Amino acid sequence: MVDSPSVTSGTNDETAGPAEAFLEGKESLRHASGPYFGPYGGRWMPESLIAALDELEDTFEKAKADPEFIAQIADLNKNYSGRPSLLTEAKRFSQHAGGVRIFLKREDLNHTGSHKINNVLGQALLAKRMGKTRVIAETGAGQHGVASATAAALLGLECVVYMGAEDTRRQALNVARMKLLGAEVVPVTNGSQTLKDAINDALRDWVANVDTTHYLLGTAAGAHPFPAMVRYFHEVIGEEARAQVLEQTGKLPDAVCACIGGGSNAIGIFHGFLDDPSVKLYGFEAGGEGVESGRHAATITLGRPGVLHGARSYLMQDEDGQTVESHSISAGLDYPGVGPEHAYLADIGRVSYEPITDAEAMDAFRLLCRTEGIIPAIESSHALAGAIKVGQRMAAERGDVSDAVVIVNLSGRGDKDVATAAEWFDLLDDNSAEAEIGKEGEQL
Amino acid sequence: MTGTEQSTGSKAAAAIDRARAQGRAALIGYLPAGYPSVQATIDAGIAMARNGADLIEIGIPYSDPVMDGSVIQAATTQAIADGFRVASVFDVVAGITAATDAAVLVMTYWNPVVRLGVDDFARRLAEAGGAGLITPDLIPDEAADWMEASDKYGLDRVFLVAPSSTPQRLASTVAASRGFVYAVSIMGVTGARTAVSNVAEKLVADTRAAGAERVCVGLGVSNADHVREIAAYADGVIVGTALVAAIRDGGVPAVAALTKELSSGLAPAAKGGA
Repeated sequence: MVDSPSVTSGTNDETAGPAEAFLEGKESLRHASGPYFGPYGGRWMPESLIAALDELEDTFEKAKADPEFIAQIADLNKNYSGRPSLLTEAKRFSQHAGGVRIFLKREDLNHTGSHKINNVLGQALLAKRMGKTRVIAETGAGQHGVASATAAALLGLECVVYMGAEDTRRQALNVARMKLLGAEVVPVTNGSQTLKDAINDALRDWVANVDTTHYLLGTAAGAHPFPAMVRYFHEVIGEEARAQVLEQTGKLPDAVCACIGGGSNAIGIFHGFLDDPSVKLYGFEAGGEGVESGRHAATITLGRPGVLHGARSYLMQDEDGQTVESHSISAGLDYPGVGPEHAYLADIGRVSYEPITDAEAMDAFRLLCRTEGIIPAIESSHALAGAIKVGQRMAAERGDVSDAVVIVNLSGRGDKDVATAAEWFDLLDDNSAEAEIGKEGEQL
Repeated sequence: MTGTEQSTGSKAAAAIDRARAQGRAALIGYLPAGYPSVQATIDAGIAMARNGADLIEIGIPYSDPVMDGSVIQAATTQAIADGFRVASVFDVVAGITAATDAAVLVMTYWNPVVRLGVDDFARRLAEAGGAGLITPDLIPDEAADWMEASDKYGLDRVFLVAPSSTPQRLASTVAASRGFVYAVSIMGVTGARTAVSNVAEKLVADTRAAGAERVCVGLGVSNADHVREIAAYADGVIVGTALVAAIRDGGVPAVAALTKELSSGLAPAAKGGA
């Protein structure tokens, strides 16, 4: 019943017509304000929440123009998150990517271990500005939940995190982490008990408690103003990366690679390079067990436009418009939708979106560990695997690519993924407690 | 933007007006299609119409029902697991309209309509004898193609207003609606509640002030006392979760009995329509 590969996605369209028209017309693709990105975006939401979305948009627009807010964000980024994050050349890893020079944008070095902190601090400050005392969030593996609990603790907000019941068992340590930070974690037992159902329950909570509560959505998806707002808080990634690569190499990169679930880390780093026509942009989706297997989360590659969680965008759905469950070894990419700005950038050909399988991602995960001494998040490992392909393709086309530069957004660190990797690579002693748990059918 | 909701050629408006002519509010009963089977939904819809419901609201089970509480979620999840297909909602509508005079509306989240095609969906709904759509996650701002299709096929478009709606949004939503305006009684999702929120009466008054001629109240209405309370100020009373629990626990006879009981609250002349 799942749709077969659709020609409507335009992902392999090499003609970047509308994007080039934008650029030739001196119009910018950066700072797109929403609510629409081409035919995508909008507000497909219950009327009950429209007033809250209006209030949020108004608060956000005023904050962006307020020097005090800008200074608050800058201060937290520098003195709490540890920004700017490094741009690290991965020389030994690069040898496996056709010989191009690969640079890693080290979002893994941020406080809480991923790019997520950029967005949660911004939104939590907005919640305070709106006089809200409570934030709610959804989480898959727990990264956004941990980041939200962190921001709530820092700013003195009550925090409730919705998490699929299945995920609360698989990620028991992250549940403990959120609880340590003072958050309440609600296991979601509805529907498929995964990330999309956690979002559904968070929306139900929001409808009932909107007077006191801000929904701290974790990715650049959902109803306006979320896609443009979440991008805004992540734009710092691309702005830093652009300045750093110019300083370290004296030129713009040939390509920028990022992984795509909802698409927040990707839109953050792409933002810095959208108006540089010489820079190719690649988004790598979760191909799971292979796009032909039906068990994947390659939304742009195989989905078709629809509306889910407040936005029109590409969506994994069946012939009846029911959302199809996604699959990925990486919980952070395991989402059947994608942010609307990505859908637009795919259609106009400015960004190329390709699937990376679980196996390809895990190979890249291990390679980075062994060549650079950096354990990446499995999410980010999709971008690493993609960069290897991009580098090898460039080498096949050009021959000598020793002066070619590729940036990979290393969106998070892999400490959270050690158990999954240990199981994948069969590193556990048969008698260990972890292996015992594995035998009972639990994913570690 | 101001103006009344449209009513010309509206089956829903006509059904509400028939109740009004009897000096009472209309009763609107909701059940999801395909729970526990398509035939059971048809039978239950007919039973509601014969026991006092003036309008029947048939829900399309959907994978991500963000405005529904646990009872309706459990029912629609079961229907999908049992193989429910969206196109069978047209069979349900045709089956009920063939046997009763009730106006039959379909309640649906928007993506199934997008997937089938808005124009195709509207055409098939009209062919089945349906009155129109209630759209919990479609606001008029995003409804350009639905406005066009509903005009083309003469269908009602029932948008929602909420206690949080601003006067401007009340006015624009009323102007975009045809048939009636659906006022949600509380800030929350579907589900039985012990008391009806007191914000509903104010919302009905505000929606009337924004130009609406027919305002029906839903969410949290579960017994004859609730119906009586709301019927005193609204043009129609919408009951969902309680009827879903009835079909779950007692099948079609329980739906018939509950509808009869609910309709006793339609003061002052508590007569069942047929």
